Amino acid sequence: MRIPYRPLAIGVVTLAFSALVLARAQAGDRHFFAPVADLIVKEECGSCHLAFAPSMLPARSWQRMMGELDKHFGDNASLDPATAEKITSYLVANAGDAGGQRYSSKLLKGVTPGAAPQRITELPKWVSEHRKVPDWEWRHKEVRTKANCVACHTAAEQGYYEE
Amino acid sequence: MKNILVVTSGIVAMILSSATFAGPREDLLTQYAAAAKVTSFSAARGQALHTQSSSGGKPDTPSCTTCHGKDTRSAGRALTGKTIEPVAVSVTPTRYTDPAKVEKWFKRNCTEVLGRECTPQEKGDWLTFVIGQ
Ligand code: HEC
Ligand code: HEC
Ligand code: HEC
Repeated sequence: MRIPYRPLAIGVVTLAFSALVLARAQAGDRHFFAPVADLIVKEECGSCHLAFAPSMLPARSWQRMMGELDKHFGDNASLDPATAEKITSYLVANAGDAGGQRYSSKLLKGVTPGAAPQRITELPKWVSEHRKVPDWEWRHKEVRTKANCVACHTAAEQGYYEE
Repeated sequence: MKNILVVTSGIVAMILSSATFAGPREDLLTQYAAAAKVTSFSAARGQALHTQSSSGGKPDTPSCTTCHGKDTRSAGRALTGKTIEPVAVSVTPTRYTDPAKVEKWFKRNCTEVLGRECTPQEKGDWLTFVIGQ
């Protein structure tokens, strides 16, 4: 008789957690980052984690990352040269500093000119946007890592980070 | 009469599907068998490979089940939190139909878990296991 209540309790805790984060995230400004539209990029860069919006990093960041895929944050994400080249072109063409994308350049505010930051989650602007997120939230089992945007921004796949 | 018809059309459909589209999964198995110089694979050995813990690879990924989950018919989760569709073909029928994709992930994931690439024998066993799931 006791067993059936456990999954229920876990469900309630998870629900309460997302409601809490949702309520807080909704308080922020409207921020839209066009999601990856290219199918190859979605497949190759979206299977281990969310296919991060190209506008969240400057072009030189993507160029460097694509040249070091064999040492990709501890993983080997190597691709054949032709596929890698296609993906690089897409990321560079849609990068945060490519052609006046106003909202995206906001996330790049404070990045040293000429630098090629590799983590969105280490951009000064990203860090300041998340400074109020408490420690226990980052450690929550539904989150696991800062790079798991979808855990808190449920519409991240669609490019929306305000909810 | 009706039953016989259903059965025969079933058989015809089976023959057609395996003959006309010699499925990409079957092609892969044939290739692995040739490379391993064997005539059959073992789902039981595939299951053992899937669930065993190895210390040869990275410490945070000791097993295939670390990401693919213990239940082949349920979704798994990458270390970054991303959901991974179930590996069982009965639940995700589109799986293992793109040979390049299969090879790419065998290479990545075996290295990650075992610290080396999987042998053709291991690939065939594992594939046989999940096809039967
Ligand atoms: C084999 C799995 C895998 C593949 C494929 C992969 N990545 Fe990653 N990626 C990772 C891991 C692991 C991390 C580190 C995540 C963490 O810190 O939790 C990461 C992190 C990142 C980050 C930094 C996230 C942050 O913290 O801000 C970016 C950007 C990124 N990847 C882009 C890409 C791109 C572009 C591709 C396609 C060319 C790609 N990834 C393909 C595994 C992968
Ligand atoms: C643990 C939950 C959590 C994770 C994980 C997370 N965020 Fe956030 N994010 C928030 C919250 C909460 C806010 C709102 C902060 C505030 O208003 O004080 C926010 C705000 C933002 C904003 C500003 C939006 C606005 O309206 O001002 C952006 C952009 C953003 N996040 C992007 C990301 C990206 C990209 C990732 C993944 C690399 C990510 N976040 C991961 C919780 C999270
Ligand atoms: C670090 C996490 C992780 C580990 C550990 C892992 N995998 Fe995977 N695997 C993935 C991801 C991510 C994908 C690609 C996403 C998908 O296919 O849904 C994948 C896909 C695959 C594919 C291709 C599926 C297809 O549809 O073509 C095979 C084959 C595979 N894995 C086998 C294995 C085997 C065998 C092991 C253990 C030796 C293993 N994986 C361990 C994360 C992992």
